[in-house]
Amino acid sequence: MVLSGWLIALLSAAYLAVLFAVARFGDARADAGKSIISANVYALSLAVYCTSWTFYGSVGRATSGGLSFLTIYLGPTLMLLFVGVIVKMIRISKAQRITSIADFIASRYGKSQLLAGMVTVIAVIGVVPYIALQLKAMAASVDVLLNHSGSKGEWLGLDSTFLIAVILALFSILFGTRHLDATERHEGMVAAVAFESVVKLIAFMAVGIFVTYGLFGGLGDLFQRAVTEADLGRLLELESGRAGTWTSLILLSGLAIVFLPRQFQIIVVENVDESHVKRAVWLFPLYLLLINIFVLPLALGGLLHFGGEGVNPDTFVLTLPLAHGAEALALLAFIGGLSAATGMVIVETIALSTMVCNDLVMPLLLRSAWLRAQHRQDLSGLLIGIRRVAIAMIVLLGYVYFRAAGEAYALVGIGLISFAAVAQFAPAMFGGMYWKQATRAGAVAGLSAGFLVWLYTLLLPSFAKSGWISSGFVEQGLFGLPWLKAQALFGLSGLDEISHCLWWSMLANLGAYIAVSLNSRPDAVEASQAERFVDVFRFDRHKAETRLWRGKASLDALVSLLERFLGTARARQQLAAYAQGKGLADWRKLPADAEFVHFAEAELAGAIGSASARVMVASVAQEEDLGLEEVLDILDEATQIRAYSRELEAKRQELEAATSELREANERLREVDRMKDDFISTVTHELRTPLTSIRALSEMLHEDPRIELASRTRFLGIIVSEAERLTRLINQILDMAKLESGRAEWTSGAVDLGEVARETMDSLGQLFRDKGVALSSDIPARGPVVQADHDRLTQVLINLLSNAVKFVPGGSGKVHVRVGIDGGSVRVEVADNGPGLTAEECGVIFEKFRQGGNTLTDKPKGTGLGLPISRQIIEYFGGKLWVESRPGEGANFIFTVPLPASEE
Amino acid sequence: MKRASPTRQRLAALGLLGAPLLTYPLLSLPAGSLWGIPASYLYLFGVWAGLIFLAAWVAERRGT
Amino acid sequence: MTKKILIVDDEPNIVISLEFLMKKEGFDVAVASDGEEALAKVASFEPDLVLLDVMMPKKSGFEVCEALRADPARAGLLVVMLTAKGRETEVAKGLAIGADAYVTKPFSTKDLVTRVKGMLGV
Repeated sequence: MVLSGWLIALLSAAYLAVLFAVARFGDARADAGKSIISANVYALSLAVYCTSWTFYGSVGRATSGGLSFLTIYLGPTLMLLFVGVIVKMIRISKAQRITSIADFIASRYGKSQLLAGMVTVIAVIGVVPYIALQLKAMAASVDVLLNHSGSKGEWLGLDSTFLIAVILALFSILFGTRHLDATERHEGMVAAVAFESVVKLIAFMAVGIFVTYGLFGGLGDLFQRAVTEADLGRLLELESGRAGTWTSLILLSGLAIVFLPRQFQIIVVENVDESHVKRAVWLFPLYLLLINIFVLPLALGGLLHFGGEGVNPDTFVLTLPLAHGAEALALLAFIGGLSAATGMVIVETIALSTMVCNDLVMPLLLRSAWLRAQHRQDLSGLLIGIRRVAIAMIVLLGYVYFRAAGEAYALVGIGLISFAAVAQFAPAMFGGMYWKQATRAGAVAGLSAGFLVWLYTLLLPSFAKSGWISSGFVEQGLFGLPWLKAQALFGLSGLDEISHCLWWSMLANLGAYIAVSLNSRPDAVEASQAERFVDVFRFDRHKAETRLWRGKASLDALVSLLERFLGTARARQQLAAYAQGKGLADWRKLPADAEFVHFAEAELAGAIGSASARVMVASVAQEEDLGLEEVLDILDEATQIRAYSRELEAKRQELEAATSELREANERLREVDRMKDDFISTVTHELRTPLTSIRALSEMLHEDPRIELASRTRFLGIIVSEAERLTRLINQILDMAKLESGRAEWTSGAVDLGEVARETMDSLGQLFRDKGVALSSDIPARGPVVQADHDRLTQVLINLLSNAVKFVPGGSGKVHVRVGIDGGSVRVEVADNGPGLTAEECGVIFEKFRQGGNTLTDKPKGTGLGLPISRQIIEYFGGKLWVESRPGEGANFIFTVPLPASEE
Repeated sequence: MKRASPTRQRLAALGLLGAPLLTYPLLSLPAGSLWGIPASYLYLFGVWAGLIFLAAWVAERRGT
Repeated sequence: MTKKILIVDDEPNIVISLEFLMKKEGFDVAVASDGEEALAKVASFEPDLVLLDVMMPKKSGFEVCEALRADPARAGLLVVMLTAKGRETEVAKGLAIGADAYVTKPFSTKDLVTRVKGMLGV
């Protein structure tokens, strides 16, 4: 195959045509409302980050810096993980119709035209070297192919780099400004970029695999030979001496992934759905990882293969395949490189030209008499024209930089100069998003300081290195002052020039930004914008927007403004959509209220940037100036409304908690109710049982007077005892009820428990003797004395003793009473030799109406309330009542009553 | 007030974890080689791939 | 032929009054004071009707009634449940497991006698 100039040109043209077609397709789908921008397309479009730098430069960088080329890809990987920051940026940009990074910064600091212009200038000057890098790489790649086929890279005496610049500029103009509507989004472009990202990845990996597995025996072999044959081992080591540079480069690239104008364009402005970020957060780093796997192998392969032949390492991707006759592969690699360069140039120039148009040219035009003379004319064509010229100028500047400084640097070196420039946006951006106190004056001061330091320590020295300007300020210091040496400021040496610039410029930038912000006051617009940016997730937009504008405007004037800048068709389309949202069929009936003014300004901002839009709206509406105090009041109010809603939320939660507590209480009540129901049912049973005998027997006695005397006497006896039982039961139920409700009457005095026990034993003595039960005791002569109710304690002891006598066998029964002191309490025991209780019974006998001896055939006479009442009494005095027993071994009822504190 | 979503917090935590893993002094640890491939190369790409895998896992989980 | 009635209750005084009442009306009477004894007496005494208390130790009236109804040989046996718990659910339960009548304590002796006689066809 002959790699003639014509073949290369034809192939390039064909490839560019394909890109063009993809973009057309994307735009057509967007117009039809069927966007092809999916999460995957979004993630791939981020790979516009991978330019000629990645495609050609990384290999060159790896031949001298080993693995350090990776920092440029690790920084973005880490930065993107902070999804919250990215999403906040996107949310703000959507709410404010942000068109570029310049617009973002200007809008935050009070829609300042000055700041917009400054950021634009910094971005253009900063990014020019980066565009030069693409031109240089393209030129080098064309040269390599042409040299290989013996052709010459000149045409009509013009050098190939210039030709490439012209072609790229034309293509970018064709590509980026096809439409006459000047909106901020370009779905076709995003689709094309995603497409070219895939192409360059495939091309690069193909070369990587060819070299690693075709020319060498795989990764292991390649690395082994590098270490042994060529002593390239140092490239494979991570020396701690490079720690400073490593960290700076990670930081720098982490900032560049969002702040490079094209990256901001793709990540923020072109984002159609916030949720796409979640895909990009891993898919884009995965892309970066894949495209970097073979960089080091290619670098080592090139060094091993070409040795000292003086082949430019930045072109190994092409020269290695060519050296082995793989011309088709070399062409694929060339297309990949072309892809990387064009992708970058297109997006970068579109982003920059938007900034130049909106933030540099428009403000001047808006002031000019010429524009005023063109009143009522559609200006959207003018906007496109300005952008086209801007694109051409930017590419041309890139070419000029290439001529002035490009030869002295490798590709990556040039790119890093741009990275350091855009890093200057970081303080104003992050501060603007998270720090309300940050002011315009602070942002201007910070940006200026950082930019000047960058200019002095990085850009100018790059010119000096190529001999274009005198290098005195680098070598001896400005005015011969050694502490002003451009790359060793204040004697700070030992750093590489990028780290040196980064730390000094960041110090100046951050220092000025913070110091000036703290010492200045924002004006009304700034204060309200600060609120909108920092609190974007909470700002009650609708409410405050309408309050923050006061004045008079005419619908006609605003509509004609929209038509002039958006084009008639698009303006009417937007108006109709807005009117429809308000429930109006005809937009001509819209009221020119604050909300409409806000809508118009937002639409304009999408076309010409927020600062210019502000000026244009102000020119057709009679606005009342709201003073700072008033704006702050309104914002405070909005904050208060937020506070109220937070309070409401808290109240709602309290209510919910109260409701659930109520529900629980209700549940408990229902349970208590059920228990009461059971209790009443049981009580009823207990009352009806004696009544049954009483009624039956008395009815029979009443009806039959002839019942014999013996039976009569017997029945009357039963009636009397059942009536007594009934009385006892009623008394105890009442007693229990009083104890439980806390209404029982208590007397309190010094009670000698030994005395109480003796008295009780005496009073029940007859009962024991009647049944033949032996009653013994072990009670001290005096005391112990407790504070309690004498009668209640007697009641407990009577209950325990009568229970005992009830259960022990007649004749052989034994009951023993013991009173003693145990720790801080008096301990009273009533032990019997009755049948005993099971473990389960030991618990339940203290429940109401649970009588012991349920298993016995002869049913004990009791109310089933004695023990529960006793327990209530003992617990009232702070003691405990329980039983220790085992079946067949008797039962031991024990209670304790605490001694008064003084006697312990 | 809107709270940061758990997914975002987890991803940010990954970022904070990744930073020390991918910078010095940890980077000076890997030495020697495995299957002929330098440990430094394996370490960097390994940690990187690990981060990507975890980020994908966190970001793509359902219901978050 | 004299009809036979078995009285089952754990309250001795109730048993005394029922026994006297039924004997006076000319029935042949046996008594039992818990569920197990009741089943044994049913087998030995073979009553025509059982006056059965519900709340009893060892086996409740419900259980006794279920056991009686499970025996096909005793299909003709009449069961009158006596209970001091007057709740409707108890009545329903008693009737559901096959009691022929349900009487709430305290009862009128006259009514009980009339009812028992009616059931026995005397």
